Amino acid sequence: MNRVSITVNGVDHELGLEPRELLVYVLREQLGLTGANVGCDTSSCGACTVLIDGESVKSCTVLGVQADGAKITTIEGLSGNGSLHPVQQAFADNHGLQCGYCTPGFVMAAVSLLAETPSPSEKEIRHGLEGNLCRCTGYHNIVRAVQAAADT
Amino acid sequence: MAIATEVEVGRIVGRPLARKEDTKLLTGQATFVDDISLPGMVWLSVIRSPYAHARIRSVDVSGALAHRGVVIAYSGADLAEDWQTSLPCAWLPTEDTNQPNHRPLAVDKARYVGDGVALVVAESRAAAQDAAELVVVDYEPLPAVVDPEAALADGAPLVHDEFGTNRCYTWPLVGGDVEVAFAAAAVVVEERYRQQRLIPNAIEPRGVVVQPLPATGEFTMWSSTQIPHIARVTLSMMLGIPEAKLRVVAPDVGGGFGSKLNVYAEEALALAVAHRLGRPVKWIEGRSEGYTATTHGRDQIQEIALAATSEGKITAVRASITAGFGAYLQLVTAGTPLLGAWLYGGSYDIGAYEFTCTGVFTNTTPTDAYRGAGRPEATYAIERAIDALARKLGKDPLEIRRLNFIKEFPATIASGLEIDSGDYEAHLDAALELLGYNEVSRERAERRERGDSKQLGIGFSTYVEMCGLAPSRILGAIRYGAGGWDAATIRFLPTGTVQALIGTSPHGQGHVTTFSQIVAERLGIAYEDVEVLHGDTAVSPLGMDTYGSRSLTVGGVAAYHAADRIVEKARTIAAHQLGVAEDELEFEGGEFRARDGDGSLGIKEVALAAWTAHNLPDGMEPGLEATYVYDPPNFSWPSGTH
Repeated sequence: MNRVSITVNGVDHELGLEPRELLVYVLREQLGLTGANVGCDTSSCGACTVLIDGESVKSCTVLGVQADGAKITTIEGLSGNGSLHPVQQAFADNHGLQCGYCTPGFVMAAVSLLAETPSPSEKEIRHGLEGNLCRCTGYHNIVRAVQAAADT
Repeated sequence: MAIATEVEVGRIVGRPLARKEDTKLLTGQATFVDDISLPGMVWLSVIRSPYAHARIRSVDVSGALAHRGVVIAYSGADLAEDWQTSLPCAWLPTEDTNQPNHRPLAVDKARYVGDGVALVVAESRAAAQDAAELVVVDYEPLPAVVDPEAALADGAPLVHDEFGTNRCYTWPLVGGDVEVAFAAAAVVVEERYRQQRLIPNAIEPRGVVVQPLPATGEFTMWSSTQIPHIARVTLSMMLGIPEAKLRVVAPDVGGGFGSKLNVYAEEALALAVAHRLGRPVKWIEGRSEGYTATTHGRDQIQEIALAATSEGKITAVRASITAGFGAYLQLVTAGTPLLGAWLYGGSYDIGAYEFTCTGVFTNTTPTDAYRGAGRPEATYAIERAIDALARKLGKDPLEIRRLNFIKEFPATIASGLEIDSGDYEAHLDAALELLGYNEVSRERAERRERGDSKQLGIGFSTYVEMCGLAPSRILGAIRYGAGGWDAATIRFLPTGTVQALIGTSPHGQGHVTTFSQIVAERLGIAYEDVEVLHGDTAVSPLGMDTYGSRSLTVGGVAAYHAADRIVEKARTIAAHQLGVAEDELEFEGGEFRARDGDGSLGIKEVALAAWTAHNLPDGMEPGLEATYVYDPPNFSWPSGTH
């Protein structure tokens, strides 16, 4: 067991982790934050995307021990006081989700994209989100949602 | 030509509204199966065959049992007595269909890569996965056959020895005299197409959690499924659990695309292990695992021939399909290609029709429903054949389509079904207008002329599908094992909000939003006042679930009629309380109003009155609740142009 200190959604945690434990399972099964989903186990789909120190990361590809000292934001910590974050609101307004399984990952990836590129072109949005897969929407409404969020 | 057809916009139906599903999905508050953890829960991992065909000489689980955290491990033989029936196949299309006994774990032979041969149960996800690698299976690899046509050849390896053939069935359909039409045809085109096998890949892998209650013999199963009701019926028979003691819940489900229209080995295994151990059991599919363990789609070889006049008027269609079924019959494996059986004539008035499907076992993952299931395959064949006919005649493929479109409705098509309505030229014209066909055609010609390095092609597909599955009598006539109805129960609670319990089971379609709209519209109440409950056999025990574009056209109609039954009873109560005749009352916007202006009563007030039951008509049952079970008289017949 390795002692790991991480801050998740503003709350400090001291955890004892096995070296091989993946961050996504630390979040889901130890901290009860089930918003980040596992879609592929192989870094392909991006459903598990969270922010580590503000950057989007596929949490199925990060060992829990690698996150020692990091500040992590999950979908549960994105908005406070019961309101939606502008990116979440834009996904709702533009029908950017159907079954919703990939959605937490898309939202977190989009938040990270907009932090780096506040006014992205359509091409930049499509490129910026190419690490996330959605089987329902066909992506057009997701792109519209990110464009709308950039405009707010 | 006008593009839009009139859509009736109601107070709530037909208006854009925020989806009720979205906020929980956007904030991580949804509950998918893998989000469920229970006290005392153990993890199940399945050991799968790496061979397409192999005799299982022995299975040694001792290494796994010695691993830290392992609770138990079973081979297929260990569990062979746990199954009262085969894994279910709901559709055996002919009397002589060969149906293999499909056990959740193979006993004697593995018949495809991914066929389960053993399982390990452990205290953690990691221990179950680690220990699975310690199970030693001694395989004797056997010759395998993976191509459906090769499987029909003499001397092909047999997937199931007991049948003496890899042929599962041959199913014919004839309408009119095809021989005469072909003999008299000025032109015949014969085409052969391959519908490649594919992997459905819902973004949420499959998963199942079972909670047993040994004291009462009850089981609750959460499964990432499209069909909680059908799963309960079939798994209760398979496990010998009284149906009333098995509750199946489809919580939030992350897409299905037909691949979750099934009853799977892992559901049966989780139930059997939970029964044996008396502990909650969880299995979550890995993505790579799912590529072989979850059903595939398509896998057909299609031969289609058209007979036509020299003008291009089609006089007959003959289609012959060889359908690869994989190693076993899953829930609707055998019927899936037949969902297209009536449609190889497409949107066209074709004269005579002949269709034959031969289903074939191969050493591959079973195929089953996938997006459209049988019908897109039919469209693909007839649409490519139409283009081939146009090429052969040197005619415009659009003109061939227009010449042959069914134009009068209702139309009894050559395969025997009745299409209630349609306007195929209208949607073709609409598509041409949207595309800017004339401009695009001009550009195509210009590029050809100047020998541009980038050429432009224009292709069309017009289609009609039989959807809204399905009239129960027709399902019976084609030997499907269940009905095609669906059910809705609407219940007014005393304080004026409404529960709508529906029998369909969404996995991304937005039923909570849509059914709320229907119910609120009919009851004259607010969209926010309706709570739609679904996907739980304890909450809505009646239902046939979600597949085949049926939820709105069957389940939605049930909700519509259930709401009308509510209004009917409420009208009787309102008339009684207002002291007027029922036919003196108008109902609008949730209010019963006497036509002579003498008093009114809101439906929520009626609901409270029905609950207190202080002043109801003599003999009336208290409460305001209604159920409607709707069996559609016909399929729905959506059509379009791509």
